[in-house]
Amino acid sequence: MRDRPRTILFGISAVGLVLLLGWGTAGLPSFGHYAGPYGDLIAQLSKPQRHVANAVTATVFDYRGFDTLGEELIMVAAAAATAMLLRDVRESSTHGPVDAVRSEAVTMIGALAAIATFVLALQVIAHGFLTPGGGFQGGVVLSAAVALVFATMEYGAFHRVTREGIVEPLEGGGAFAFAGFGLLSLALGLAFLQNFLPHGTFGRLTSGGSLSLVNWSSGIAVAGACVVLYGEYLQEAMTARHPRRGSR
Amino acid sequence: MSYLPYALAIWIFVVALYGIVTSRNLVHIAVCVSVAQSATYVLLLAVGFRNRATAPIFSDIPTHSRVVDPVVQALTLTDVVVSVAVGALLLAFAVKSFERTGSLDPTMIAELHG
Repeated sequence: MRDRPRTILFGISAVGLVLLLGWGTAGLPSFGHYAGPYGDLIAQLSKPQRHVANAVTATVFDYRGFDTLGEELIMVAAAAATAMLLRDVRESSTHGPVDAVRSEAVTMIGALAAIATFVLALQVIAHGFLTPGGGFQGGVVLSAAVALVFATMEYGAFHRVTREGIVEPLEGGGAFAFAGFGLLSLALGLAFLQNFLPHGTFGRLTSGGSLSLVNWSSGIAVAGACVVLYGEYLQEAMTARHPRRGSR
Repeated sequence: MSYLPYALAIWIFVVALYGIVTSRNLVHIAVCVSVAQSATYVLLLAVGFRNRATAPIFSDIPTHSRVVDPVVQALTLTDVVVSVAVGALLLAFAVKSFERTGSLDPTMIAELHG
C-alpha cells in the first residue's frame, strides 16, 4: 500500500481507537483513587498468610504464580528463538575472535565492578520477599555482571562463559525448576505452586517457604535468558567486526 | 478527579502505532513496538496508584497501612523483563531479514520467500 492512503487510513482508525480508549478509561476510577478489593486483600494477607513482606513478590511467585510461569516461558521461548535465528549462519565459528580491553586500569575496575554487581544481584534475589527486589530484577542484575566481563575485560572470557553449555542449561533449568516446584505442590496434594515448606520467622532470609525456591529459580532463568541474548548479539557483532577470523 | 495518566497511556500507544504504520525501518518498528508496550505499564501503574499511599512492602510499616495495588506492579514487573526478550527476538528477525534481502525497509521486502 502506498504511503499517503495508508496514513489517511491510519488517521481515521486512530481517531476511532482514541475515542474507544477514552470511553473505556473514563469508566476507570479517577487517578489516585484506587478502588479495587483484589490488591488490598493481597496487600493485607501476604504478611500473615505467607510471612512475606514484599506483597509484589508474593503476588508474582505465589498468588499469581501460574501467570508468572507463563510469562517466564514466553521469555525463555523468545531467548531460545533468538539464539536459533542468529546461530544458523555462523555454525562453524565456535572459536570467536579475541577482543581484549588493553587498559589494565579498566580491567581492574571492571573486575571489581563485576564482583560487586554479582554480589548485589544475589542480594536482590535473596531478599526479594523482604525488601524491593526479587528473582526478575535480580536476574537482570546478575546478567549485567556477566556483561561487565565483556565490557571491561575480553570477549574471549565472555565467550567461554556463554558458549560452553553453562548458560543455556541454567536458563532452561531455572524455568524447569519453576514448573517443577508447581508440580511438586500438586504431587503433595496441594494447589499448583502452593507453599509446601514451613513459613519460617517473618523477616528472616529463610522465611517465605517454597516461595523463596521459586524466586531463586526464576532469578536463574531470567539471568540465563539475558546472558544468552547478550552472547548471541555480541557474537553477531564480533562476526561482523572480524569477518575473516569469525568465518574461519 | 484526574484522568491525565490514562490520557498519557493512550497517547503513548497511539504515537507508537503511528510509528509502526509509517515506519520504513524494521529496527524502528521494533522500537515502536516496545514504546507501545510501555503504554501498558503507564496504564497499569496509573490504575493501581492511590493518593498518599506507600509501596506495598511491609518490612517496616504496619500491615494496615495505605498502600498502592501490588497486583498491577507484579504484572508490570514481569512484563518489563519479558518485553526485553521479545524485543531481542524482533531485532533478530530484523537481522535475518537484512541478511536475506539486503534491506531493512518493510516496503522493499514485498514478496515473502517461503
